[in-house]
Amino acid sequence: MAKWLTGASVTEPPDVILLSSLRGNAQTLFERIENFFDAFFGGTDNPLRHLGALGLYFLWILVATGLYLYTVLDTGIEGVYNSIGYLSREQWYLGGILRSLHRYASDAFVLVMMLHLVREWAYGRYYGFRLYSWVTGVPLIWLAYVSGIGGYWIVWDRMAQFSAIATTELLDWLPFFNGATARNFLAPDTINDRFFTVLVFIHLIVPLLLLLGLWAHVNRISRVDFLPSRRVMLATLISFLALALIRPALSEAPANLALVATDLPLDWFILFIHPLADITSPAAVWTLVFGATILLFALPFLPHPKAQPIAVVDAANCNGCSRCHADCPYEAITMTIHPDKPGHKIAVVDPDLCASCGICAGACPSSTPFRSQEKLVTGIDMPQQPVDVMRQQLEAQLAKLGGATKLVVFGCDQGVDVRGLAAADTAAISLICTGMLPPSFIEYALRSGVDGIVVTGCREGGCDFRLGMEWTQERLAHQREPHLRNLVPQDRLRLVYASRSEGEQLAAMVKEFKTQLATRLVTSNRPPAYSRRKIHHG
Amino acid sequence: MAKPAAIVGQIILYSAFAAFIGYFATAPTYKQIPDDVALIKLSMSHLGGRECRKRTAEELAKLPPNMRAPLECPRGRSDIKLVLELDGKPMFETVMHPTGLSKDGVSTVYKRFEVKAGDYQISVKMNDNLVNPGFNYVKEAQVTLKPAQVLVIDFNPDKGGLFFQ
Ligand code: HEM
Ligand code: SF4
Ligand code: SF4
Repeated sequence: MAKWLTGASVTEPPDVILLSSLRGNAQTLFERIENFFDAFFGGTDNPLRHLGALGLYFLWILVATGLYLYTVLDTGIEGVYNSIGYLSREQWYLGGILRSLHRYASDAFVLVMMLHLVREWAYGRYYGFRLYSWVTGVPLIWLAYVSGIGGYWIVWDRMAQFSAIATTELLDWLPFFNGATARNFLAPDTINDRFFTVLVFIHLIVPLLLLLGLWAHVNRISRVDFLPSRRVMLATLISFLALALIRPALSEAPANLALVATDLPLDWFILFIHPLADITSPAAVWTLVFGATILLFALPFLPHPKAQPIAVVDAANCNGCSRCHADCPYEAITMTIHPDKPGHKIAVVDPDLCASCGICAGACPSSTPFRSQEKLVTGIDMPQQPVDVMRQQLEAQLAKLGGATKLVVFGCDQGVDVRGLAAADTAAISLICTGMLPPSFIEYALRSGVDGIVVTGCREGGCDFRLGMEWTQERLAHQREPHLRNLVPQDRLRLVYASRSEGEQLAAMVKEFKTQLATRLVTSNRPPAYSRRKIHHG
Repeated sequence: MAKPAAIVGQIILYSAFAAFIGYFATAPTYKQIPDDVALIKLSMSHLGGRECRKRTAEELAKLPPNMRAPLECPRGRSDIKLVLELDGKPMFETVMHPTGLSKDGVSTVYKRFEVKAGDYQISVKMNDNLVNPGFNYVKEAQVTLKPAQVLVIDFNPDKGGLFFQ
């Protein structure tokens, strides 16, 4: 076995190991490129971090421009070509531009869709609780391509002719079609007007199904990233407009079935399948298409790390405040009537939806280490790392800290491994997700004699559980409950966004922060000291 | 507010995105066939013949009165044999089978042949009922194929059987 493979677990078959190491490399590549883009765009405006939202936005451009195109379309065999050509010739300033936008947005849409797919795979976001999002994503590719190819036919120019013949020749290879569909495009008199009515209908219905499919696709997550930032929307729209002016989308010569439509300025994003069929064979293309579809569907069912335990609610410690419900990124929490506390609600976790992220534990007001019980039981907790264990870890590490400047680093298991930063003067605690950190832990650490706190988590769009860093940032900035109390001076706190591969950068920042604290660049006082009075229950 | 360097970077990256989309939306040009080539498309969809048998008088008498058809025809259709020759040389030969579980559907063929543009003697022969020997349909013609021209060889009983288009 190759050296780079030996790190993996030996119980998995070699092809699974190969796949996961391929995925790991792809993830590192994505992270590098995204971090590079961050330098120019920042996280919010980085298109690579919002590919799904970008896809949806392009789809809305397609719907809007498409509706206008339909209003001028004449679905007769003669009229269809002329009515679209009219837009580009006589109405270039409006219809022509809308037509170009429609074409370029569709190309960008399939590009962004494929990037989104590869990215979700690369980050390992396709199995476990994400199986639903993944499996509902796969049919969208088919719908997108059927819409795209069908759109080219409507123009009924030489490109349409080429694609229609090539597509029906492909279809005829399938047993269901009995080899007779290509006969529809043998000669000019074999096509009739009804063909275009059916075609336009298909080009309406399939995109509608695509929208419906997308609704299902994002159905299980909360606060869906529906649209990219305004700047990204504006910049991509300007890009399309520039293309529309520089290279307007035009029709080829009208279709003429008596001549082969060759020498075509092909749209390789959407029609690439035709040259592929020409250089291989229909059998090869269908094997590839069905093979890829089956592989995509099967991917989440291959062996993967076991699912982690889900969040557990403790009725006695839940007061029904709904904060966990508001913060759960996967709509896994609903609120119902509390069984023991009249007039109160209680959180209920849906095991099918829970991603085991722990963000709810960070949201619960009962998760405060200042409580005096020996065993800290909170309203909603993670069995694999309960809040009580977090407090024990913190207290144990604090007791051992020495040196002039003491620091605590809170990080997450999905990002940079912070445990390596632990030192004589530095405690390091890794959580399931940074969003699991109740802000009261920061205050608790400072009041226990620590000089500064570093909280680190993934960069924007990099959070494995989508919203962990967003909520953390808002809680620390007093914009979200539970918020960090005013008592905590902000200059003793650093929130560091770092992707998995940025361990060195994080270490450098921690070192710099330590120097700042040591050289009294940080001027604020620590909050008043506090020592928990321990009550021992029997 | 973004730094000027970041804005320049964004402009470059968005331009690269637009250029990428713009280029592959229409280029490189795709040539499906070379310049001096024409296409012969052999395509038909035809119901093969049936082998019917005359019922004898005794057989007819045994049948209920409303079912006494003089001919007994099986559902299945015959295979169809097809031969295509170019300048007297065989180019393609096939036996098409009827579709359908009971073999009662049409037989189809769809084939493309790329040939150099020029003059050809084309001959097609077809037998749609293989209980008979030889070919019951024959069509021959001298054709001139221009570059990129599509010549369709089809069958339609209403157009007198085999025809070129
Ligand atoms: C048709 C184009 C598509 C669009 C417009 C689209 C859009 C989206 C959007 C808006 C999200 C939510 C992102 C968020 O709020 O965090 C999402 C999530 C997701 N998409 Fe897609 N999607 C498309 C196709 C696909 C395909 C083809 C796949 C893979 C087969 C896929 C896999 C996923 C997965 C796994 C998630 C869940 C991410 C998570 O839970 O962290 N999507 N998509
Ligand atoms: S662990 Fe995460 S997904 Fe599960 S209920 Fe809590 S916040 Fe929601
Ligand atoms: S945050 Fe805690 S107290 Fe509030 S509803 Fe959820 S479990 Fe109950």
